[in-house]
Amino acid sequence: MELIWNSLPYLLLGAVETLKITVFAVSLGTVLGLIVGLGRISDQKIIRLLAACYVDFLRGTPLLVQVFIVYFGFPQLLEQLGSPITHIPPFMAALIAFSLNSGAYVAEIFRAGIQSIHRGQMEAARSLGMTKAQAMRYVILPQAFRRVIPPLGNEFIALLKDTSLLSVIGIVELTRRGQIIIASTFRPFEIWFTVAFIYLLLTFSISRLVAFLERRLDIK
Amino acid sequence: MMVRVRGLKKRFGRLEVLRGIDCDIAPGEVVVIIGPSGSGKSTFLRCLNLLEEPTEGSIFIDGVDLTDPSTNINQVRQKVGMVFQSFNLFPHKTVLENITLAPVVVKKINKTEAEARAYELLKKVGLEDKAGVYPDQLSGGQQQRVAIARALAMQPKVMLFDEPTSALDPEMVGEVLGVMRDLAKEGMTMVVVTHEMGFAREVGHRVMFMDEGKIIEEGPPGKIFNCPENPRTKAFLSKIL
Repeated sequence: MELIWNSLPYLLLGAVETLKITVFAVSLGTVLGLIVGLGRISDQKIIRLLAACYVDFLRGTPLLVQVFIVYFGFPQLLEQLGSPITHIPPFMAALIAFSLNSGAYVAEIFRAGIQSIHRGQMEAARSLGMTKAQAMRYVILPQAFRRVIPPLGNEFIALLKDTSLLSVIGIVELTRRGQIIIASTFRPFEIWFTVAFIYLLLTFSISRLVAFLERRLDIK
Repeated sequence: MMVRVRGLKKRFGRLEVLRGIDCDIAPGEVVVIIGPSGSGKSTFLRCLNLLEEPTEGSIFIDGVDLTDPSTNINQVRQKVGMVFQSFNLFPHKTVLENITLAPVVVKKINKTEAEARAYELLKKVGLEDKAGVYPDQLSGGQQQRVAIARALAMQPKVMLFDEPTSALDPEMVGEVLGVMRDLAKEGMTMVVVTHEMGFAREVGHRVMFMDEGKIIEEGPPGKIFNCPENPRTKAFLSKIL
């Protein structure tokens, strides 16, 4: 018990790092996902194709491999291209890989959300003289946003849990800090349970936050 | 002519829904389109504001050719109001916002002015006390009246009605037809697809009977309802009257 108590401050610092990466990646991923999601339903065939390739590639390959590509692969490419920058800091690499990955999942969430809005809404907006962009902005997206909050929340939680992979590129987040403590204390049972409990606390808070948002935004 | 249609054809893949339609509609005229389901009435109406793209032929609204690629369709649609069978109000906006959205966003009218105009329209359709309410708190008849007000807010020259009372409970049909009757009296050009034969007889200046993608017979309601010439018109009317 004392061991857990003593390692808590050290682990909580890791949790802060975990949360930091998650929040940044979710924000960037959501913006990226909205753009790609709109690309998936574009009138332009080439844009639809590019967006589909992006989504397929990032959903069809392991996140860990994507992290390796960004962290180990990109620097080599940069070097061969003669770039003066040949090192990507771990945090930056993590952010790039996680945002790109999350963008692909969020794109599908937005696409489904937009397509779930009844066709008559677009027709009504267009019949009033709105352009397709105006109809999207004022009529379709505000309704779609409300519908995508629950799946977006799930994506948020999945991403948070996946950050534990980042211990492999030297980011000292929650999981990595657990490993470090165990290396010197040889008490894996207590430490891994403490780590798991902290993750649970984080994911549970997010799901409560999402439920709250859902209620708040569900005016109609 | 407010509306002029020449040789209009519409195909969905191999299915030919409209098979050559010609018609002229004068300003202030109320044209009622009747016919069996699948006859192409709704498709025809939806072609008039390009919600369906014609396969062949031309459509002029107030002198502007809709099928000309250089025509700005968004500008034309501002002049053509449309009321749908399923209302299609924006559920995330209040009644007032439903009416002011397009004038503010499309016509760039300032909000205060748009709201003042919206209140006038709500009064006209008898719903001035519902401005702050969301659509799902209204009955079907009330929603459809708001939808009419929303279309009128763009100050259209032509109003298209696509079976506006078909989704309503019987006791609410009257209030919607009443609003449409008032609109006709004010001289609005209207094209109405409906199964309400009483309305067609009383308010329509001209009734068109459509079947299998063509206008089979047209004329004043008295003539079409009392002594139709075409056997298909007779057969259709004998089933519904």
